[in-house]
Amino acid sequence: MDLLRRTLRAGFARLEALLDRVFPPAWQPLYHLGALSFFCLWIVFVSGLYVYAFFDTGTVDAFESVENMSTSYWYHAGVMRSLHRYASDGMVLFMLLHLLREFSLDRYRGSRWFTWVTGVVIIWLVYISGITGYWLVWDELAQFVAIRSSELVDAIGIFGEPIARNFLTPGSLDDRFFSLMLFLHIAIPLILLMVMWIHLQRVTRPEINPARGLAILMLVAFVALALALPATSQAPADLGLVLGRIGLDWYYLGTYPLIDLIGARGLLGLLGVITVILVALPLMPPMRRPPAATVNLEFCNGCERCVHDCPYEAVKLVPRTDGLPFQHEARVDPSLCVSCGICTGACPTATPFRQRGRMVAGIELPHLALKDLRALTDKAALGLTGDRRVIAIGCDHGVELKGLGDPAVGVVRLPCTGMLPPSFIDYILARDLADGVVLTGCAEEACQNRNGIAWTEARIEGRRDPYLRQRVPRERILRVWPGKTGTKALARAIEAFRATLPEQPSAKAAKRQPAPAGPAVTGDG
Amino acid sequence: MGNALKWLAQGLVLALIMATIGYLATRPAYTNFPEDMALIRLSFSHGGGRPDCRRRTPEELAALPPNMRAPMDCPRGRLPVLVELDLDGGPLFHALLPPGGLQGDGPSRVHRGFAVPPGTHTITARLRDSDRVDGFDFEKEITLDLVPRQNLVIDFKTDAGGFVVH
Repeated sequence: MDLLRRTLRAGFARLEALLDRVFPPAWQPLYHLGALSFFCLWIVFVSGLYVYAFFDTGTVDAFESVENMSTSYWYHAGVMRSLHRYASDGMVLFMLLHLLREFSLDRYRGSRWFTWVTGVVIIWLVYISGITGYWLVWDELAQFVAIRSSELVDAIGIFGEPIARNFLTPGSLDDRFFSLMLFLHIAIPLILLMVMWIHLQRVTRPEINPARGLAILMLVAFVALALALPATSQAPADLGLVLGRIGLDWYYLGTYPLIDLIGARGLLGLLGVITVILVALPLMPPMRRPPAATVNLEFCNGCERCVHDCPYEAVKLVPRTDGLPFQHEARVDPSLCVSCGICTGACPTATPFRQRGRMVAGIELPHLALKDLRALTDKAALGLTGDRRVIAIGCDHGVELKGLGDPAVGVVRLPCTGMLPPSFIDYILARDLADGVVLTGCAEEACQNRNGIAWTEARIEGRRDPYLRQRVPRERILRVWPGKTGTKALARAIEAFRATLPEQPSAKAAKRQPAPAGPAVTGDG
Repeated sequence: MGNALKWLAQGLVLALIMATIGYLATRPAYTNFPEDMALIRLSFSHGGGRPDCRRRTPEELAALPPNMRAPMDCPRGRLPVLVELDLDGGPLFHALLPPGGLQGDGPSRVHRGFAVPPGTHTITARLRDSDRVDGFDFEKEITLDLVPRQNLVIDFKTDAGGFVVH
């Protein structure tokens, strides 16, 4: 399983690196696959409503009304029909890529199990929605879909009369069948929309719509495809004839040919096994999770910043329990926490400058507490030699920092760069632990924890509390998000950045006085 | 990469995505059935007999609630149905179809297709749904000319007197 995931991740990383050179982060399709799936669904809904106005139910009327769209009214109803089909196919493509990418990023276990499992339900609903749509055209493909789908349903073995017998002869089908299929084709997508809403219930600030630029690009591309390759019907269905060669929609019907090889019952079993594996995937093998964040009440005043910044809704505000004169306190739900540490980055008490009391933040990771974070920073600074020293702070999921290998570049690795409280940048520069700070990690818009990069940027730019203090010279901070495969790009960026830093007198280097270091720890979790 | 080049590359990537969507929406074509063959489909749903039925006496009927006064008292389970299909004198299909349902009280079902070369063929269908040991309760023989891609359906309906050919 791990090998499969790593292989997929390597493949995606290469593709992402390639597309990063072409698209700005907000438009990079691979970073917005879920939103693109939603966008396709909106196109399907709008175009579906439009073509519904032209559709007639009935064994003859259905085919003729659909044909009429593509011939007499090709310039509007025909285009809408094509959009309806291609956006449906696009949704399957983006949805399956989304599934593979989330799997490769290990974002299906632990607290993410709910989103993953509801995603599996969505796959079934998308397929059923699309397949019921194909029946409505009542051409040869519809005939194929009707017969093969009936065989699949009959393989369940719960119906007294085989459903496939409804398609034995031309006379065995009546107009009411199309009314039923039309009802299903409208009702199931509405259920799908509801499940997609449930799918996002455990995701804070879900990205439902892609960036406007990407949406416009996609819409233009779909319209261009609809005009260049209009969706057409095949020959009218004729139950008196067996279907020979047919054009198959491989997105929706790609598994149907397997019925010839393993039978309807075999395919049903195979789909059942795949579904069970997908649903059980979050349980196997068990995820070794680092401990969840903990709240230290004596340092928590219920300021709510961690609640707002947690990407997983794992931190809630509850009435105060310790008698201190605050209304609320933060409480972590361990079942939702992924130990990214973003809450520590949001906590105003997470400062390395503390002179009195314990080096403890209001909320922190037990295995990488505030004192450990400062110890890591001090340790990274102690090893630095040469001028124009920098400390690069990255994350476990993004660019590999080990390969930098420059004695003037220290490295601090965190579970997520968003874990870094802004005061640490001030600490590094004010205490002269380094001459510059590099913040790096995942690719922009592709943060493993979704909001880590955005919050880090916003804190430095003074758009999100806790802010980086005004006194910190911004020109001594480099923010670079090259993604998993961007070690060389990062090295080049650091080299260029170092050239912009003022040369420090060597005497100053001798005076470096990091704060007393705590025990040596790593940020590996 | 310059802006113009980036726009061009974006267009190419989107064109590639759309080409993938457009191509797999109908291609490659799939051969569902050899176009130079015909299909004989045997499809029916028929309940086998209940051999140990007996007629209820008037006293027994009177003792029953009015809505349950069925004249025959039968066991729940049905007999399996034996079916045979011959093509030009040779066996094409032979099966003992068990009754459906958890209690074995449902109809026996079959829905099978057989690809045969087009031309003139003699088809013989036989069915036994009783507890007789030899022979069949229903039999039908037809000779007909099949054309390529023809879908010949052999159904069974007791009301219609046995096998029905569509």
